[in-house]
Amino acid sequence: MNTQAADVAHSATRLGREELAALVASDIKAGSFVNLGIGQPTLVSNYLRPEQAVTLHTENGMLGMGPEAQGDDIDQDLINAGKIPVTELPGASYFHHADSFAMMRGGHLDVCVLGAFQVSAGGDLANWHTGAPDAIPAVGGAMDLATGAKEVYVMMSLFAKDGSAKLVQACSYPLTGVGCVTRVYTNEAVFLLGAEGVQVRKTFGTTLAELQDRVPVPLTAALG
Amino acid sequence: MPIIASSAAEAVAGIGDNSTVLIGGFGNAGQPMELIDALLDGGATGLTVVNNNAGQGDAGLALLIKERRVRRIICSFPRQSDSWHFDAAYRAGEIELELVPQGNLAERIRAAGAGIGGFFTPTSFGTMLAEGKETRVIDGRGHVYETPIHADFALIKALTADRAGNLIYRKTARNFGPIMAAAAKASIVQVSNIVDTGGLDPEVVVTPGIYVNTIVRIPAAAPEREEARP
Repeated sequence: MNTQAADVAHSATRLGREELAALVASDIKAGSFVNLGIGQPTLVSNYLRPEQAVTLHTENGMLGMGPEAQGDDIDQDLINAGKIPVTELPGASYFHHADSFAMMRGGHLDVCVLGAFQVSAGGDLANWHTGAPDAIPAVGGAMDLATGAKEVYVMMSLFAKDGSAKLVQACSYPLTGVGCVTRVYTNEAVFLLGAEGVQVRKTFGTTLAELQDRVPVPLTAALG
Repeated sequence: MPIIASSAAEAVAGIGDNSTVLIGGFGNAGQPMELIDALLDGGATGLTVVNNNAGQGDAGLALLIKERRVRRIICSFPRQSDSWHFDAAYRAGEIELELVPQGNLAERIRAAGAGIGGFFTPTSFGTMLAEGKETRVIDGRGHVYETPIHADFALIKALTADRAGNLIYRKTARNFGPIMAAAAKASIVQVSNIVDTGGLDPEVVVTPGIYVNTIVRIPAAAPEREEARP
């Protein structure tokens, strides 16, 4: 395995939130059933192309979710998991909560995209609780999504505000799921997680060598 | 055949102190507001409530919590930008919280209605929400044992009932309704419309009437935007 920075594709500048969303969208296989988490992952829906024929799942009980509702289309009985009014697309279906989570847990969902506080080299995810003693805990469907989807993509900034890396050897925040994350999309690089360890597929405004100095997990260049 | 109550107050009159009550809804969608208001007016206290959330704003479940009628809540997502009544009760130590991952919450309710004595699920394995719970490795993967959530009553909202108690719902307001109707000893349903038996196509019935004990018709409020039109 080669750790030469020259072996990793790179672009000159770091990615903004929208560019990152567009990148995630372009990586989703045509025909996939996908759940987008609340917050930054929701942006991905703006960049899915019709010819990808991706079906969006929202865990409160719908497949075939369309864009956010505007004006007279707003219907308080038609909301997404973030409780935002949305629309239905042709071919949509509704189902109750136990069915919705059964299709998730049962391995029928191809991809979910989630935000994160931290991801470990082994794919552990921490995204639901800061662990602060005065925080009111709220988990929602985060653990079910992390555990159930076939592929778990994380979208996050690579570094926290204090400069510490969010890709770590072991998460210090309470875990959402164990060994579940398969890819990490950040503003500085895309990481592939698996049996080969942490592989860097592409860097943005930095190099693999520079990243290795700042990220406390062993990195290798992704082959191909 | 279900009882058709003449008012929300009559529908919830049997709910006494210390009851366990499943309340449908995800956020405000499917939340049976009028039944909750009637429960509040009826004065029952010491309740254990099961809902995905812990109330929004100053309506419905949030008011039950504000008035300290809820001793214990089982939910997945209590903390929201407008959950101030829950936040205050929780910080004052005046409400007990059992936090459950959303899919485990749904499946525990479903298990109760289906007569299942619990189940092993991979969700939450290895996390603090699995601490103290029985675990088992099944096909190489860690699972956590979860128990059914039985209840005395369910309060749910559907779109239309027939007089046999069959229900259909509306869009994502369906959410917990069908599984809660099955899990409670007595389910109380508010609907926008009641039609004669035979008025619903059996092929599209979502909740069969066997799960429904009481129905009350609460006409849907006219959409506010109609008033703004010339």
